[in-house]
Amino acid sequence: MTDATASDAPRARPSLTDADARTARRNAAEKRFRLYGIAAIGAGLFFLVVLLSAIIWNGVGAFQQSFVTVSVYLDPAKLDKKGERNIDDIRKVSTFGYNPLIQQAVFDAVSEAGIETEYTKAKEMKALLSASAAAQVRDTVLANPDLIGETMEFRLLTSSRVDGYLKGRVTRDSIARDKNIDAGHLDLVDGLQAAGVIKREFNIDFILGADASESRPEQAGLGVSMLGSFFMMLVVLILSLPIGVAASIYLEEFAPKNRFTDLIEVNISNLAAVPSIVFGILGLAVFIQFAHLPQSAPLVGGLVLTLMTLPTIIISTRASLKAVPPSIRDAALGVGASKMQAVFHHVLPLAMPGILTGTIIGLAQALGETAPLLLIGMVGYIATNVPDGIASGFLDPNSAMPAQIYEWAKRADPAYYERAWGGIIILLVFLLAMNIIAVLLRRRFERRW
Amino acid sequence: MSTVWLIACVIAIALAGFFAGRMRALSSAGDNRRALHSLPNYYGWNVALKVMTPALGLLVIWLVAQPLWLSTTLANNFPEGAVAEDTSLSLVMTDVRRVAEGLDRAVAQGVMSEAETGTIRAETTNVREVLAEAGVALGSDVSPEVLRSAQDYRALASTGNLWRSIAIIGVALLGLGWALRETSASFRARNTVEQGVLAILVFAASIAILTTIGIVLSLIFNTVEFFRLYPALEFFTLLEWAPSFSGRGGASSLGILPLLWGTLYISFVALLVAVPIGIFAAVYLSEYASPTVRSIAKPMLEVLAGIPTIVYGLFALLTVGPLLMSVFGDDGLGWMQGQRAVITAGIAMGIMLIPFVSSLSDDIINAVPQSLRDGSYGLGATQSETIRQVVLPAALPGIVGAILLAASRAIGETMIVVLGAGAAARLSLNPFEAMTTVTAKIVSQLTGDSDFASPEALVAFALGVTLFVITLGLNVLALGIVRKYREQYE
Amino acid sequence: MYDAAQSERTVTQDVKIAARDVQVYYGDNHAIKDVDVDIEDKTVTAFIGPSGCGKSTFLRCLNRMNDTIDICRVTGQIQLDGEDIYDKRVDPVQLRAKVGMVFQKPNPFPKSIYDNVAYGPKIHGMARNKAELDDIVERALRRGALWDEAKDRLNEPGTGLSGGQQQRLCIARAVATEPEVLLMDEPCSALDPIATAQVEELIDELRRDYSVVIVTHSMQQAARVSQRTAFFHLGNLVEFGETGKIFTNPEDPRTESYITGRIG
Repeated sequence: MTDATASDAPRARPSLTDADARTARRNAAEKRFRLYGIAAIGAGLFFLVVLLSAIIWNGVGAFQQSFVTVSVYLDPAKLDKKGERNIDDIRKVSTFGYNPLIQQAVFDAVSEAGIETEYTKAKEMKALLSASAAAQVRDTVLANPDLIGETMEFRLLTSSRVDGYLKGRVTRDSIARDKNIDAGHLDLVDGLQAAGVIKREFNIDFILGADASESRPEQAGLGVSMLGSFFMMLVVLILSLPIGVAASIYLEEFAPKNRFTDLIEVNISNLAAVPSIVFGILGLAVFIQFAHLPQSAPLVGGLVLTLMTLPTIIISTRASLKAVPPSIRDAALGVGASKMQAVFHHVLPLAMPGILTGTIIGLAQALGETAPLLLIGMVGYIATNVPDGIASGFLDPNSAMPAQIYEWAKRADPAYYERAWGGIIILLVFLLAMNIIAVLLRRRFERRW
Repeated sequence: MSTVWLIACVIAIALAGFFAGRMRALSSAGDNRRALHSLPNYYGWNVALKVMTPALGLLVIWLVAQPLWLSTTLANNFPEGAVAEDTSLSLVMTDVRRVAEGLDRAVAQGVMSEAETGTIRAETTNVREVLAEAGVALGSDVSPEVLRSAQDYRALASTGNLWRSIAIIGVALLGLGWALRETSASFRARNTVEQGVLAILVFAASIAILTTIGIVLSLIFNTVEFFRLYPALEFFTLLEWAPSFSGRGGASSLGILPLLWGTLYISFVALLVAVPIGIFAAVYLSEYASPTVRSIAKPMLEVLAGIPTIVYGLFALLTVGPLLMSVFGDDGLGWMQGQRAVITAGIAMGIMLIPFVSSLSDDIINAVPQSLRDGSYGLGATQSETIRQVVLPAALPGIVGAILLAASRAIGETMIVVLGAGAAARLSLNPFEAMTTVTAKIVSQLTGDSDFASPEALVAFALGVTLFVITLGLNVLALGIVRKYREQYE
Repeated sequence: MYDAAQSERTVTQDVKIAARDVQVYYGDNHAIKDVDVDIEDKTVTAFIGPSGCGKSTFLRCLNRMNDTIDICRVTGQIQLDGEDIYDKRVDPVQLRAKVGMVFQKPNPFPKSIYDNVAYGPKIHGMARNKAELDDIVERALRRGALWDEAKDRLNEPGTGLSGGQQQRLCIARAVATEPEVLLMDEPCSALDPIATAQVEELIDELRRDYSVVIVTHSMQQAARVSQRTAFFHLGNLVEFGETGKIFTNPEDPRTESYITGRIG
């Protein structure tokens, strides 16, 4: 190229309003690029919506359960053969003794409702009932032996197949090879539902109850593991708040700039990114193998989660301490307060809302954590007994909400999947509540300097 | 005296000391507060701290040291041959402790008298049955050595506990005396207390280091133990992962490579989902979006980061898996055999990582000085040209750091892969096949039934070390890059 | 007031940019009030005035850099070669290719020296091949008086240059797109005196080919480099005329106070 087009001879340019092809192309590229951005945001929000709707769609069913309401004749001939109403004799009758009575009651209800059926024996009603029904009736009788000989109305859980049929999870096709239930039973369910004997109702036991064995999903609840989570969070709060605040105060206000404090700083930022499962290994090796603390105890779970959340809390606490302007410290020092007094009397109270917000968010993170709990034995299937007292709450084997959900997700029966989704709804409600509290706290006390 | 009561005792002494110190200081100044060097409460705190700190410190040391001392002492009860080859001494000690605890419970429930516990002999009584009556179930019959050790254990422990109580209360009282003696009007109580408080603060800050030391030690000790039972070379080079369930030792092949491959492959798929979406979202939010859109979309995306990983695990298993099966499964293209696959876990994990990438990249893009954008606009560049050719290249190191952090997160993620990726270790390039990861195997090896001393369980610690080293390396690298990037524009 | 000045001058040059009745608002703040200015081709025009008087704001109106600020609103008319630059059909991107800009702080892209200069020509598609691009880069760097210092290190990052070199690089970068007008927003305020002298020399060179508008804080600089000077005060254009006249015989008392150092 020669200097012919040198600027001494100004290049003839088109008018500003003429869009040349190149500019049009560039503007098209601009639009395209902007579209990619919108698409990315859209994809992110789409995933969020899909995730949340999957949770709600699949999980809402867990809060409802099908119950059958029947009048059971508590036959003295079966339940108390000696007729002495001796509690020890009554105790000897196991749930097997109650099953025929309940099945008979259901069978009676079927004929009462005038439903035609191929079944001729009360025993064949077994498929409709939860295995827990007999235990429920037996417990009522043991609590009040005088009921024997009377006819009482009971609201009993139906089997998970029946429940699934009413919720649409189980279909006539899907039970074709199911040993537990036949198509005829489903006809009965249709009839009983029409007669109002079988009803779907809100199931408080899902929220408050204990986990159940693998074969009775209809009975399983999240209540006990919720208590486990509660006690863990108590440990985390009691330990991580003071330790986190103390560590932050030292690092932010007192620490000299030297190798030791550098080491701590690097440590904290790296600990915040260590995979949670490694903390589980730490808990297993140190708290259980070395210190012989009880396995599966919420106390140990709380300790592990404390170590895990401490870095998060320290990082947010330091940010709120840093946000308090130095003029406040100077003012306190200026009237003759010691550095310690300046920090504890003035800086810390001003930073408190921020610290609490950070702590709540740290707790929310800990509440949803699963992996380390599995390693220290807080697995789902042990959440079967309500702890009796505070010491037992901390020390007796228990599970936690996310671990319970994991346990349900692993079980083979699809009825448990619904429970897992339902458990997630409860877990997310807790997380949402904690985050809302954090946001409100921040709004209420936020101070701009 | 139980530990709880002992602590309560020490606190009671401290409380008494607090008031005593306060009063003593006041009276030494003739009830003239102004004559005191510090506020009266500081004298009280001084006493309380001097009671509690040494006493509780001693308690902690004692709690750690006593079990160690007990097991070394009791080890003499077991002659060389008495411990079967396949069980280690620590397992026997666990038995001893269980029997001892069982005896405690038996006494508490009145099944046995205190005197009986010392005299029963395994040769004459079936200890297992006796303890079962007290509600303590034992896995096997109690051997004479174990019973004798348990009896010794109880005797030693109760003497130990007695001495512990005496020593700790003694130390607390000594502290009380010392502190009260030095209390006088001219004593600089505030300075002393503040030094004590500072020491507490330093200790709290050191917990981070203690945690790291704890992690490293617990990983290393058990890993060394593992390599004693299983050759390290095989662990790092074997292309097969097949732990045996029943047998011990040589029957298992425990090669980490298939697990590492699964981990990296799943993380790669996750990043393939998260990185483009995350970066484009960050670009849009920081460069194009109006403040209103930004204030809505940004927190909404961040909700994805606040959802627990178990939820993503379930989402992978029950939503993503079946969805992919309907497209790629036997009814569709026929590429996919089961719901659990690399791509299932990868997609769920990718969704989880979107906000990580987008938030960090957003911060980093915002840190690019406006003057660079002005310079580019001033030359007649369009907004997208400015972003692609000026802003993103300038932000590149920071964005690489963000991606590395997301990668470290993906590699360490557990619940999604446990539920979504499958259990079979496999070296394959097909993303529709099930594979497993390091984290998933740590969970399965440590929650299974295998004996803690077996290589099948100990291998989890070696896996843990590998995981820890990889994620730590990635973090240090990423944080270094991000920090350097920030300094560049400060 | 300045109509008088305008009528006096001999019209020897073409008017490049003509601004009439320009108002600029930042939200509720009325930053520029009723400004009328004619900027001539192949002339250095200096905008002077105290801080916050609106001279930079007005400069940024001339190539629509204010478009990038959401709350900024411009009314009135600004014409480049007789075309309204705020016309809806005008693409600001095309406009900025014609009206280049150099900023207060040197802002080289974190790329090599070569890529910095080549950036504008590349996005505007000015070169058909690498040889042409090389040529444009060399010419721009020569024009920016940086060629001799930079020719051996074209692949080194532009951020590695000294402050004065960086600013000359930015000028070269702006020149590379062959603009017709060059806007300079306090181009020497971040430079030391030696670098300032080099840049001023360069501005004088550029006058041969371009219309240059320079915002400056320094009255000495305005006197040294410009042929015409506009004095802004509180968003108003107070006085506009030949530089020599403004500095020796200002008409408005406010201009006189500023020049003699009583306001500003």
